[in-house]
Amino acid sequence: MKERGIGILLLLAALGALIALGLITYFIFQAGVPLIARVGLWEFLSGMRWNPTSKPPQFGILPMIVGSLWLTVGALVIGVPLGLAVAVFMVELAPPQLAMVMRPAIQLLAGIPSVIYGFIGLTLLAPLVRAAFGGPGLSVLTGAIILGFMILPTIIAISEDAIRAVPLAIREGALALGSSHWQAISGVILPTARSGIIAGVILGMGRALGETMAVIMMIGNSLDIPTSPLQPATTLTSNIGLELAYASGPHREALFATGVVLFIFIMILNALATTFVRRPVLSRSST
Amino acid sequence: MSSARVQRLAFGCIWAAAILTIGVLALIIGLIVWRGLPSISWEFLTGSPENLGRDGGILPTIIGTMVLGLVALLIATPLGIGSAIYLTEYTYESRFTRAIRFCTESLAGVPSIIFGLFGFIFFVTYLQMGWSILAGGLTLALMVLPTIIRTSEEAIRTVPQSYRDVSYSLGATRWKMVTTAVLPSALPGIVTGVILSFGRAVSETAAVIFTAGTALNVPTSIFSPVRTMAVHFYILAVEGISLEKAYATGTVLIVTVLLINVIASSLITRLVRQRVRRS
Repeated sequence: MKERGIGILLLLAALGALIALGLITYFIFQAGVPLIARVGLWEFLSGMRWNPTSKPPQFGILPMIVGSLWLTVGALVIGVPLGLAVAVFMVELAPPQLAMVMRPAIQLLAGIPSVIYGFIGLTLLAPLVRAAFGGPGLSVLTGAIILGFMILPTIIAISEDAIRAVPLAIREGALALGSSHWQAISGVILPTARSGIIAGVILGMGRALGETMAVIMMIGNSLDIPTSPLQPATTLTSNIGLELAYASGPHREALFATGVVLFIFIMILNALATTFVRRPVLSRSST
Repeated sequence: MSSARVQRLAFGCIWAAAILTIGVLALIIGLIVWRGLPSISWEFLTGSPENLGRDGGILPTIIGTMVLGLVALLIATPLGIGSAIYLTEYTYESRFTRAIRFCTESLAGVPSIIFGLFGFIFFVTYLQMGWSILAGGLTLALMVLPTIIRTSEEAIRTVPQSYRDVSYSLGATRWKMVTTAVLPSALPGIVTGVILSFGRAVSETAAVIFTAGTALNVPTSIFSPVRTMAVHFYILAVEGISLEKAYATGTVLIVTVLLINVIASSLITRLVRQRVRRS
């Protein structure tokens, strides 16, 4: 009898994640979808003007979508090559002693609060960017560089796992055929680990897209659509973070509607990453 | 170019990437601590902020951070460990467990601002908790739940099957087996996950600022609003209140995160040794 009760309690605990995700989805959607219905989905997504408190109010989030895209792509341009290189380093090149030091260091990189990254962007990098390239300094470029480092731990961890999972036979086969270590890495090991690496990149993309406070601190928060990386911008997340504290009525609804758009983007990325992670390393030759 | 030269060039780039990564980490920590350390004193750590934080100390934000993190863990830890036990010991791989795993993974990918929006509309507004430790703690609990589930599951899975067999052969029920054979052996791994979750709670800003508020008073109950160190740091920096105090607060924040990580990685090292001994 007691065993049964415990089993049921544990089942309820296991349902926790499902219930949490369900509640989050329901409450964000019910707070945001009515406004999208009123404004019109296309108007909302493609509107160039965000004037939530003017009369009549304008709810167009295109500047934020463009800002988010710029910033995410920029972060990937910085973070992916760097992350992949560090992952290869950890598995293939690092002396064991050094790898022992690097692993907790990378974990620490993930543990540093995002507001600290944002602060470094604001006080250190923005003035450097201003001095080197002109413009206001607080810009897409500044945000993308810092975000690139913020998503490094995600990309490194997942790519490292994928590279480690490459079967020894494949690695030794490449070396036995006379390829150099680098030829084995670039020609055989990385292509074999491809799907895991892609999953890491997608999850890194999700992190860049979802980051809020650091972005607010670095990006300049201008509602004009940026035409160069040196200009300021606004993202889906930074706009919510900046305005939620004082928004009310339709304005608040519009922020939740922005949240709905963000949530859908993120869920698509999550689902994509899951399918890539599940794909076996040797999909063709093992069948 | 000969393949040896290509290799030298490629490996040079890879070494450079590794050095750059560590260098940036050192630069961030070094810069904040170097600029912040001179402003840290006993009065700073134990005093209350004055003039919005321009003067005085940060004690209420230290208390707020710790209390909020503890409330989040108090809720998330039993839930997460329970879920992990169910998934590993009480059921078989099925469509249902796959669905639960998908939800856990998805929850882990949800950005903190979405947690902030949800906590604000559900806990703060709908359940009328207001900006409070309770609302913030519940929001953070949902946020760290996937971490605790995953690390606990991993730790439980590495417990050798023989432990379970021996326990059963001595006549233990399933729950008895779990509490006497599986959990003690998985404990270090589970604790590591809990500590890392505390670190996430300490670092978080977006999910906290809209659920726990920004009040600068020392909390008196779980219905009091609080301001965490991370939120205080953010406000000091963004509103340009005091760069000096921002560096000092950032230093305390970084040292806290550093300590949490050191504890977690020393546990992991011990764990690896334990596993090596077992195999």
